[in-house]
Amino acid sequence: MSEVSTSSPDALVRIRGLRTRLGAKVIFDGVDLDIPRGRVTAVMGPSGTGKTTLLRHITGQLVPDAGEIAVDGHDLARLDRNGLFELRERIGYLFQNSALLTDFSVFENVAFPLRQHARLPEELIRNIVLPKLQAVGLRGAADLMPAELSGGMARRVALARAIVRDPMLLIYDEPFVGLDPIALNQVLKLIRVLNHTLGLTSIVVAHELSAVRRVADHIYLLADGRIAAHGMPDELVRGDTDWTRQFFGGEADGPVPFHYPARDYAVDLGFVQVKA
Amino acid sequence: MSDKPARGSLIGDGLAQIGALGLFLLQILAAVPRSLRYFTETVRQIFFVGAMSLVIIVTCGLFIGLVLGLQLYDVLSRFGSTASVGTVVAIALYRELGPVVTALLFAGRAGTSITAEIGLMRATDQLAAMEMMAVDPLAYVVAPRFLAGIIAMPLLASVFNAMAILGSHMVAVSWLGLDNGTFWSNMTGAVDVWTDVMNGVWKSAVFGAIVTLVATFQGYSTAPTSEGVAYATTRTVVYSSILTLAIDFLMTAFLM
Repeated sequence: MSEVSTSSPDALVRIRGLRTRLGAKVIFDGVDLDIPRGRVTAVMGPSGTGKTTLLRHITGQLVPDAGEIAVDGHDLARLDRNGLFELRERIGYLFQNSALLTDFSVFENVAFPLRQHARLPEELIRNIVLPKLQAVGLRGAADLMPAELSGGMARRVALARAIVRDPMLLIYDEPFVGLDPIALNQVLKLIRVLNHTLGLTSIVVAHELSAVRRVADHIYLLADGRIAAHGMPDELVRGDTDWTRQFFGGEADGPVPFHYPARDYAVDLGFVQVKA
Repeated sequence: MSDKPARGSLIGDGLAQIGALGLFLLQILAAVPRSLRYFTETVRQIFFVGAMSLVIIVTCGLFIGLVLGLQLYDVLSRFGSTASVGTVVAIALYRELGPVVTALLFAGRAGTSITAEIGLMRATDQLAAMEMMAVDPLAYVVAPRFLAGIIAMPLLASVFNAMAILGSHMVAVSWLGLDNGTFWSNMTGAVDVWTDVMNGVWKSAVFGAIVTLVATFQGYSTAPTSEGVAYATTRTVVYSSILTLAIDFLMTAFLM
């Protein structure tokens, strides 16, 4: 484990000197990060540390204040809208809240990227969409509307939609939330299978350590606007820095405050009078 | 954009809103050629904002015509000019009432639903999901609704006018006894297709553009909260009504 990420020529995503400020809050203060090709990289960190913001930077949804982001060799700052859209056609993105199109059925949601970017015969679309739905266990739900799905089912439909065009990079934003143990196990297997059989690169943002340990080849721990630690899952869990001890041990005391900054508790409760 | 009513400099905030609306219009116009590949979506939207608004347009048009017929017959009878009821009703409708009242009804019926729909798409990340699937929401969601507004409004205004003329005919001819031939011949003799009817068609197309521009802008830039969508929907009705009436004055001055 090292505190500074090393550059790799085989990095699909390369981030250097990333600085971002949202309002008055500093989100990133010099983040360097490489996502290696063909591997599953997990990004972990305390809530509000900017994990989703990092994903938005990587996909060009949010422009950083400073720093360089390259995806598959393309510097995002130099890409125009068309270039960015061409790049996004090769990226699958699983949103935290699934973001299914509510007017379309499950089948049409998964078929949506195909219909938008290619004129394919209906039979071929069915032959592409149904195996993806089968992979997430929801082929039988193809005709349901998003409002009829549970949160976990919607997440799996969104996953089928993200992989329908066989992307080079798959980004999972909190993929394990709301899944029952059976679905969780299947999704974990799916992430591994997709990565190994199709040679995809995956970025997983998640909090569930046990799930991440089963799926990730490499973990970045984001905290306080920087990469606090990174390395193989087992290495990190055994790590001896304050950050890793607190985060992976789930302790309230450490460099990450559990409590949002507040006045003295006794003062708030009115037990202690503060002189004006 | 704030989801709360504007604070601070009202004039500054107002100008900023108008500027943002103008920029949004340019973005939509740039997206229109790209949206032509989603033509079926435009047709679907014409059905939603046009055909689905027919009930309110037909009902209100009929009542406006009934009231116009009554009022004008009463006033014109003082001057012995009841023969002109049909003419005055038709000119008032084609030039002003048809496009303006239809636009106000359209803002309440279709504008609000456009804002709420796009606002909820924003709040539930559906617009972001489209962006991530390399589908431009301006071309796929906004431009078809904008085009649908421009196409549907003149048609709705025509239906409104027809129903209102029918209503005034019911009152003036069937009820109050005005001669049927006088009603129609005076109307067709005095109403000119280019200066009266087309005047209204241009106006209603422009009002359709204004209402859908405001509605899509409010939905697209709403704060992603339930309160934000509520404020945006209210603003759609208020702003599009004010803009419609203000631009109506300008267009009337230039088209006269």
